[in-house]
Amino acid sequence: MSDVLATLFDLSSTRFNKPREELTPESDLFQALAIDSFQAMELLTEIEEKFGIEVPDYEIQDIRTFQALAEVIQRRL
Amino acid sequence: MVHADNYPCLGALLRDALIQYKSETALIEVNRKNETKRLSYLHTRQEGFRVASHLASLGVEAGTHVAILMTNQSRWPIGAYAAMYRGAVLVPIDYKLQPHEQSALLLHAQPQVLLVEYSQWARLKNETLPKGITLLISEAPENAELPNNATRWEALPVPQQEPTFIERTRDDIACLVYSSGTGGRPKGCMLTHDNYLYQLGRLVDLYPMGIGDRFFSVLPTNHAIDFMVGFIGPLCGGATIVHQRALRPEFLRWTMQEYKVTHMALVPLLLEAFERAIQQRLDELKPLKRKAFNGLSSLNYALTQKRPNHAISKRLLKPIHEAFGGSLKYLFCGGAFVDKNRAEFFYRIGIPVAIGYGLTEVCTVATVNDLHPFRADSVGAPLPGIEVNIINPNPEGIGEVTIRGRTVMKGYLNEPELTAESIRDGWLHTGDLGWIDASGHLHLVGRSKNMIVTAGGKNIYPEDIELSFEGTPVSDFSVFSSSYIWPDTPLEEEKLVAVVRFDPEKEALAWQDLLKRNKALPDFKRVAEVLPWPQEFPRTASLKVKRQVLASQLRDKAKRQTLRPLA
Repeated sequence: MSDVLATLFDLSSTRFNKPREELTPESDLFQALAIDSFQAMELLTEIEEKFGIEVPDYEIQDIRTFQALAEVIQRRL
Repeated sequence: MVHADNYPCLGALLRDALIQYKSETALIEVNRKNETKRLSYLHTRQEGFRVASHLASLGVEAGTHVAILMTNQSRWPIGAYAAMYRGAVLVPIDYKLQPHEQSALLLHAQPQVLLVEYSQWARLKNETLPKGITLLISEAPENAELPNNATRWEALPVPQQEPTFIERTRDDIACLVYSSGTGGRPKGCMLTHDNYLYQLGRLVDLYPMGIGDRFFSVLPTNHAIDFMVGFIGPLCGGATIVHQRALRPEFLRWTMQEYKVTHMALVPLLLEAFERAIQQRLDELKPLKRKAFNGLSSLNYALTQKRPNHAISKRLLKPIHEAFGGSLKYLFCGGAFVDKNRAEFFYRIGIPVAIGYGLTEVCTVATVNDLHPFRADSVGAPLPGIEVNIINPNPEGIGEVTIRGRTVMKGYLNEPELTAESIRDGWLHTGDLGWIDASGHLHLVGRSKNMIVTAGGKNIYPEDIELSFEGTPVSDFSVFSSSYIWPDTPLEEEKLVAVVRFDPEKEALAWQDLLKRNKALPDFKRVAEVLPWPQEFPRTASLKVKRQVLASQLRDKAKRQTLRPLA
């Protein structure tokens, strides 16, 4: 598992109080974390702070899984 | 004031507003915590002329369709103004749709020009577009390769002379706005200048916005609510529109504080997020402070029960108000069902939520609460000049809501039969169920049509969801809105229910498949529950499921306890 993905799981499980072991790269992040799009945006800001990057909203417009999100972040690092 | 009643068309109204308020700030654009643009009315007018001159050079004239596909930003109103200045019919496209859905709408509307943001164009570029369409692309990176039919917005020259203004009449089409239909069939609502101007006139009488007011535009501007109260409304009153390019909770709060936002329009999902943020703050208060807060909010409620008083509320509940910038006067909420308790919570803390009811087919709203006094139990009374009637009422007075008046659309583009079905003798049949109380306020209780409206304001038709489950190994499969099967379902609880006749030998496999397919759908389109139903589904001669008959059988015999979650 990539470092980015591992960090994503850490952040998500802590923020939304979900067991980390239940999260997989292919998990739908909205469903796995039981969050709405507004909460997903909050998570994104936390991710940006953690990685020291900025991801424009439109880049995650079609993102559904942790894997896809990790790829977007990886491209910005 | 530039009043809508005095103008023949939206283009003329905006043209005069941009001159009348020339030194005021019209548009502010922020990206995260950086202000990236600030345009006066005069500057907005000049920017509009750059686009209008370009549109003129492309042959855009009265009645030409010009589409716009942009996120919330200052170029949305500038582009829309330029199109209206040239007398075009504006076709706002929802940037939140999938590219293939956007393509379907563009092919239906056949615009000659598409005003598009580069990020949106990048999603759309592999889709089929109308033949001969020309693109005006905003914010393309310098090294981006653009197609031959595209022009960069940034490269538009400042015109040497004012472009020619093309006036339209009240009866002409101003916008073609898409409302979601069944079976992927686009429903293009043809809304006239009179529809908009009449509605605008009534709304600004109730909720005036003027110089010094700042409207924060967060709903997509293609949405009927933001188009009216977040674009046309503020500009005709000399107010400022604020756009935030990063629509995230902390930037929303920061923008509200930094720019002392006075008005906002929200869908219920956002209102819920706001309440969550406030509750979080309240939960952090020590018991004594919490008690004091409860006392002050009760006092505020008592003092403002007859009508809102921003000054009193702000003084009593300063910390809460300051978290939102301290200037918030109204929240407009619509697009879906607003929870009564949530609306009351906001009123108690001195932030009135104006609840209305409308459909794209009636421009924006047909009924709205005037806040004199505030009532969270209804969706308000009809706007002046708009008639709302209940047809075929049952003994409790509940029946289908029909609407007649100057805000009802002309019809659906290229769909005379659908139009005739929806508008009969001038009455728009909404498919929503409701009743009217003694004070003339409308109460919604359910739907007579098989659809749900999500808290995000999206209309979802179960028939469309069925397409995603084609080939699932079951004997019969149909998707319903829970409130269509059981009309007593509260609107805030309506959800998609899949009625399934399982093949006993393949039941385990079917569940796996259903779960997998459901997961692949966007969250707002997912089926919430499965209702196993052992009987063969009733079908027509052409083998289509007889939905009404099946729904009626389920209503009589199915037990809600047998519902199983699909997650």
